[in-house]
Amino acid sequence: MGVKVIIPTPLRVYAGKRDSTEVKAATVGEALGRLTTEFGDLRKHLFTEEGKLRSFVNVYVNDEDIRYLAKENTPTKDGDTISIVPSIAGGSSLVRRCCSRPHA
Amino acid sequence: MATKVQPMTGAPAANATTLSNEEILRYSRHLIMPEVGMEGQLKLKNSKVLLIGTGGLGAPLGLYLAAAGVGRLGLVDFDVVDLTNLQRQVTFGSSDVGKPKTEAARERLSSLNPDIQIDTFETKLTSDNALELFKDFDIIVDGTDNFPTRYLVNDACILLGKPNVYGSIFRFEGQVTVFGMPEGPCYRCLYPEPPPPGLVPSCAEGGVLGVLPGIVGSLQAMETIKLILGRGDSLAGRLLLFDALAMKFRELKLRKNPNCPMCGEHRTINKLIDYYEFCGVRGEEAPDSNVQVPEITPRELKSRLDRGDDLFILDVREPHEFQICNLNGNLIPLGELPRRVHELDSSREIVAHCRSGKRSAEAVDFLRKAGFRKILNLKGGILAWSDEVDPSVPKY
Ligand SMILES: [Zn+2]
Repeated sequence: MGVKVIIPTPLRVYAGKRDSTEVKAATVGEALGRLTTEFGDLRKHLFTEEGKLRSFVNVYVNDEDIRYLAKENTPTKDGDTISIVPSIAGGSSLVRRCCSRPHA
Repeated sequence: MATKVQPMTGAPAANATTLSNEEILRYSRHLIMPEVGMEGQLKLKNSKVLLIGTGGLGAPLGLYLAAAGVGRLGLVDFDVVDLTNLQRQVTFGSSDVGKPKTEAARERLSSLNPDIQIDTFETKLTSDNALELFKDFDIIVDGTDNFPTRYLVNDACILLGKPNVYGSIFRFEGQVTVFGMPEGPCYRCLYPEPPPPGLVPSCAEGGVLGVLPGIVGSLQAMETIKLILGRGDSLAGRLLLFDALAMKFRELKLRKNPNCPMCGEHRTINKLIDYYEFCGVRGEEAPDSNVQVPEITPRELKSRLDRGDDLFILDVREPHEFQICNLNGNLIPLGELPRRVHELDSSREIVAHCRSGKRSAEAVDFLRKAGFRKILNLKGGILAWSDEVDPSVPKY
C-alpha cells in the first residue's frame, strides 16, 4: 500500500483517464514527481516552468491544504490520500461558452 | 455600456411579522419542523437573496428558494434561453427558447410562488454595477460559469461583508462552499489566481452531466436557507467535493489565508478591478483570435468539392463528436496530432475543421510550423457549414 493520489476530472485527460493512482512517496513533492513522471502531460498543468506548483491548483494531504503544512515537503505515509483540487468555474453554459465569448 | 441596475420589480417587500392563512398552509411542512417553525419561516420571508446566473446552478436555486418562501429573490443574467440549455436548466421549458432567461425564470418562479418578490436584472454583472446590485441583498449566490465573474462576485461580497454561497461544476464533478463569512475564508484564499486561459479545458473536454448542476445547485440552496435560518453547520471553512461518477462526497479544510489580498489582515485590494485583465481574457473576441491562419469559407469549400478538387478533409474533433455528425473527414483529434502527423501527406491540400473553427485553427497553426504549406482552416467549422451549406448537418 502506498499513497493514493486522487486526480480531478479536468486533469484526468492528461493522466490516462485515471481517477486515482498509487505511488510510493515520503513527501508530497516526491508523490507529485512520481505522478508527473508517469503522466508527462500532467506536468505543465501542475507546475510552472520554474517548477513551482501552480496557484490555481491546490494539493491536500488527507483533508489538509499543504500550503498550511510544509508545502511540497509535507511528509506522507502509506494510507494517506493526496487530493489535487484545481479551480473550476462552470455553472451553466460551459460547452457553448468556452468556444465563444467570455461574459460576465 | 450603460449600467442598468434598476430592477424589474414585483410587489414591495415589507418587514413581515405574520403569515397569511394561505401562507401558513403553503409552508406547513416547514412550520411543523421545530428547526424552522413560524420564526424561521418569517426569517425566510424577510430575507433577500441575489442569484448570479439563472442557468444550470441557478435553476434548482431559484426553484427551491422561491418554493421555500425567500421573500425577495434577485436574478442577474443577460442571456437568452436556447435549446442546449434545456438538458439541465430545469426552470425553463421548450416554449421559453428565445426569451431572456431572467424573464422566463420570473414567470416560472412567480407561478410557483406568487407571494414572493422577484427582481430581475437583465444585465451583465460588471465591476461598475456589482456593488450597487449587491447592496440591497443579504446573501449572494454564485452560479456563474467563468473565472472573471467568480473573482468579481468574491471581491464585491468581501467589500460589502456579505456571504457568498459558492458552487461550481465540471462534467461530473462539483465544488461547494460558503465564502465571505466574518471569520471565514474567501475565494482568493482558496485560489489566489485564476488559471491562464490556455490551461482552461477546451470545448472538447467540456460538457456537463445534466443532473450535476441540479445536485450542486440544491446544495447551494440548502446552505443559503441554513444561513437565513441560522441553523446547522455552514460549509464556511470547508470545501465539499462531489464526484458523481464515483458517487462520493469528500470534504477538505479551507483556511483563511492571513496574507489574502482581499480578506487578510492587510487588504491590498480596496475596490473592484478589471477581472478580464486579471484572468488574462481581453475583450470579447480575444480567446478566438489568438491564432491567425489561412482560412476557407464553407461555401468556397463546397464549390471546390463539387468541382472535384483533391482535398484532404482533416477532422480534429474527438471521436464522440464525430459520431454526432461529420463531413466525411479523416479523424485525428487535436491532442493526437503531434504523434500522428506522419499520417498526413504534406503534398496534398488539407482542409482542417472542428466544431467552431477554434481547435482546427490550432491544428493548422501546428501543421504550418511542422512544414505543411497547403493547409486551410474551415472558417466557423461545422457550425458554419450547417448554417451556410448543409442545414441537415446538426449543430451541437
Ligand atoms: Zn481571502
